[in-house]
Amino acid sequence: MSAVVDAKGLSCPQPVILTLNEINKARKGEIIVLVDTVTSKENVSRAAIARGWTLKNVEEEGETFRITIAKD
Amino acid sequence: MSRFVQIFATRWGIIAVGAFIGIFAQLLQKWGNPANMGICVACFERDMSGALGLHRAAIVQYMRPEIIGFVLGSLIAAYAFKEFRARAGSAPIVRFILGAFAMIGALVFLGCPWRAALRLAGGDGNAIFGLLGLIGGIWVGTLFLKGGYNLGRSQTTHTSVGWLLPLTMLGFLVLMFVFPRVEGQDKSGVLFYSLKGPGSMHAAVLLSLVIGLVIGFLAQRSRFCTMGAIRDFILFRQTHLLSGFVALVVFAFLTNLVLKQFHPGFANQPVAHTMALWNFGGMVLAGLAFALGGGCPGRQLFLAGEGDGDAAVFVLGMIVGAGFGHNFGLASSPQGVGPHGIAAVITGLLVCLFIGFTMKQKTA
Repeated sequence: MSAVVDAKGLSCPQPVILTLNEINKARKGEIIVLVDTVTSKENVSRAAIARGWTLKNVEEEGETFRITIAKD
Repeated sequence: MSRFVQIFATRWGIIAVGAFIGIFAQLLQKWGNPANMGICVACFERDMSGALGLHRAAIVQYMRPEIIGFVLGSLIAAYAFKEFRARAGSAPIVRFILGAFAMIGALVFLGCPWRAALRLAGGDGNAIFGLLGLIGGIWVGTLFLKGGYNLGRSQTTHTSVGWLLPLTMLGFLVLMFVFPRVEGQDKSGVLFYSLKGPGSMHAAVLLSLVIGLVIGFLAQRSRFCTMGAIRDFILFRQTHLLSGFVALVVFAFLTNLVLKQFHPGFANQPVAHTMALWNFGGMVLAGLAFALGGGCPGRQLFLAGEGDGDAAVFVLGMIVGAGFGHNFGLASSPQGVGPHGIAAVITGLLVCLFIGFTMKQKTA
């Protein structure tokens, strides 16, 4: 079961802070981050990649982007 | 198309946008805008506040088309790339107050982060204290962010909500065409115009508007933000936005060298004072308010253009804050800080600390 970070409606830089908090907690595995602006999608992806995580998938569900990041 | 969509999200993309702003800010200065103030978001919103008569400082009254262009250019980009999303409801009153105090802090220094960079690029050493203050204020902001500070979630709302600030700007533009500057008159219809001082200095209206539109468009694509540049470096050691801000300074400096607009020194710099402590203090306040508000004054305009109603409230807070800034004698002048500028900086810092300490809404 992947951890889910719900950062919808939060403004910059909250989505990145919440994602990094989860990354620090999980250390590896899979995390799903929900955001609702393209800017947040870019920022979360960029921050995760900079921490050595891979961007596995980005799905658009209505107004929400469902970002899946993972690390072995 | 997708490559074009992506390019501005890259490092080279943001560097190109910073360079564009740096070069065209200095060209605007050559074409008529005030010295070391080719583009200053805070100063220009203050001038608009004056044009509307919200303050009556006679030397800083002009409806700046660059600002109008920023919002409308961002709106165009957001629609062109299907990113326009009307959203609002994340503590608007707090954003209004933060906007007002951000403006007051900026007016004590005499410039927003953009102008701090342009002043530095023009050789104004006083800008160093302003930039240090900006970094200090943002650093305090990051402590609050790490401690869980946030203003809560925004909600998706009616598209027309996101249109209100762009429409307001369009309205200001219409007023400008209906009541254009009349040579030698300080008022045209409902709008005030400066006869001397910074407010009387401006590039041609259409030129300013077009450059504003292009910058608004590019900045929406690249998410250019001078506060985020420093914040992301402090918080995450990320240099993405920072490279755009640095590019702005470097290219503004190079353009100044070419145009012979570089005059190094501290004394007698254009629209600046030499009170180092309050150049620093004013920008601590502005930096903290921008950090708590989630964007530099430029970014707030670009966000407002893509439908962010909370950023729009921050912008209105800045315009009203400029009214207080000049009506209450808070704004500085080349002679030094205003009679009540120091009290305003201290009050503003206390208000920001109150906001930072008490607003830790749970987001789970």
